[in-house]
Amino acid sequence: MKKLLLGAACVALSVAPAVADTASKKIALSNNYAGNSWRQAMLQSWKTVTDQAIKDKKIGQADAFTTSENQATEQAAQIQNMILQGYDAIVLDAASPTALNGAVKEACNAGIKVISFDGIVTAPCAWRVVVDFQKWGRDEVDYLAKRLPDGGNLLEVRGLAGTSIDKEISKGIHDEVQKYPKFKIVGSVHGNWAQDVAQKAVAGVLPSLPKIAGVVTQGGDGYGTAMAFKAAGRPEPIIIMGNREDELSWWKQEHAENGYTTMSASIAPGIATLAFWVAQQILDGKDVPKDVSVPFLTVTQDTLDNALKTTPKGSVANKNYTQADVQAILAKGK
Amino acid sequence: MTRLFARHRILLPVISLAVLLALTFWLQPRAMSYFGMNLLFNLAVPIALATVAQMFIIKVNDIDLSIGAFVSLVACLTATVLVQQPLLGVLALAALVLAYAGMGAIVRALELPAIVVTLGMSFVWGGLALFILPSPGGESPEWLSALMSVKPPVLPMAVWAAAVIAAVTHLIAIRSGIGTVLRGVGGNARAVARAGWPVVRLTALAYGLAGLFGVLSGMALTGLTTSAGADVASRYTLLSIAGVILGGGEFVGGRVSPTGAVLGAFTLALAASLLSFMRLSPDWQIGSQGAILILVLTARLIFTRRGATR
Repeated sequence: MKKLLLGAACVALSVAPAVADTASKKIALSNNYAGNSWRQAMLQSWKTVTDQAIKDKKIGQADAFTTSENQATEQAAQIQNMILQGYDAIVLDAASPTALNGAVKEACNAGIKVISFDGIVTAPCAWRVVVDFQKWGRDEVDYLAKRLPDGGNLLEVRGLAGTSIDKEISKGIHDEVQKYPKFKIVGSVHGNWAQDVAQKAVAGVLPSLPKIAGVVTQGGDGYGTAMAFKAAGRPEPIIIMGNREDELSWWKQEHAENGYTTMSASIAPGIATLAFWVAQQILDGKDVPKDVSVPFLTVTQDTLDNALKTTPKGSVANKNYTQADVQAILAKGK
Repeated sequence: MTRLFARHRILLPVISLAVLLALTFWLQPRAMSYFGMNLLFNLAVPIALATVAQMFIIKVNDIDLSIGAFVSLVACLTATVLVQQPLLGVLALAALVLAYAGMGAIVRALELPAIVVTLGMSFVWGGLALFILPSPGGESPEWLSALMSVKPPVLPMAVWAAAVIAAVTHLIAIRSGIGTVLRGVGGNARAVARAGWPVVRLTALAYGLAGLFGVLSGMALTGLTTSAGADVASRYTLLSIAGVILGGGEFVGGRVSPTGAVLGAFTLALAASLLSFMRLSPDWQIGSQGAILILVLTARLIFTRRGATR
């Protein structure tokens, strides 16, 4: 009897064999936190893209769920509820890389595809949509090498201590600096990806530092760094920006006044929509590798005006991915 | 009818759980299966154990604000030390239970407010957890994961576990002689002391039992999630207090119900799932959970007041 019940439940919950039609499939977004501008932009992107996808009959349903507190146990319960609700795929921004593995495994056993992004999970049965953070760090240094052929002193503004993202970006920066002996990192502070924290931290070390030619950052800290240099009355170095609206506005204003040029990079909150299309492709029966690498969103002098126009005040530059974008990324990854 | 409710406090938690369960099955018929019940309730097992731990503290008129941090610490130990050095792990967990008993002895002997002592200790537990496991990770012992995902006959693991927890704690807290004395400490500590009982040692025993169930809760949680983190159970503090009260317990007077506490924990877990099945926006969910709690408590108050006036 028990076996029979179990079997019946499994049949009811499992996904039908791969077919090229996803119009009746249901995808859920499990999100652990909604309390900052990046997450709000992410949820907005999800809604915009999935509403259109439903209208175009590319997917049946795409509901977003956010846990009320940023807690792994609560999100594990949320995922188990999604299994019961009969979703075909779960797109996941996880509160913990490991604490959801039990629930993720339950979902996989029920035949549900789990696609994690941003906050990824380590369960082997889940897909991971990841940004190459090390490359982000390397690109910053490469850009500075191009702009500063004579080299000089660099200041590093890091993110939240103890997070894997901070470690990865910083590793990329330090690895790349090895290649350019003319560069020297003379100082390193933690700006916690927040302008006010970065401003205080940079202002604290500036008096002890020699002339700075460039500042490598992690996003959300460029404007604060610029303000610290201004307050100290020091010449503006080339500060790498992180796509925040305040950073881009400051850059534009400086460019108009004295031709200041830099570059800016960060993850687009629209990465959620990318994960959505990856889920759709998997449900469509496509063979998708477990690790999908995503380019980060870069803003240059040429694209600055356009990026600023589409970025709401206090928000961050965004990009909503389309099905074609994702198909191109997947094709390139093969 | 009101007299029935007043006399049998256990009826209200049973009925609230039954109503929520019926609503859940109606909204999501898929949940009405062996597999569905397991998914619905397996994460409630550690909450039920933490609620029982809280019940032992409330039983002696105290309140424990550190149980969430404590369960997290146990989870971190279970996912690291217990795997690498089983003997050391068992010793560490035993030491934690003793530490809890010691906390009780200090609270009673120095007549310190438990709410302050446990709040302070919650930071100690949290710090230790971060020390053991600075970033989320670790892996639960294989036998523990296997135990938590066992598929017993007829009813899923979570339901069996609830029955066992309720039966065992009922024996300890209500049927045993020492359990009755412990309730007496909550009812009138001075009277118990005059009768010649060592109140400090009794309080230490109650806290020690709480520590033991806290350890079980952390281990169950680790078995379910397969890994741990320093704040994995921080919600448990408030959930456990709410569970005890929902299950017919009271903050003073040593009036608690072990079966009610287990049912209360399951009701809270179910309320969260029900709200998500109802597609309620997350902004409203946390408030609605509170509203359900207040509704049940109001119902209880009405019944007990009416029962008392007759």
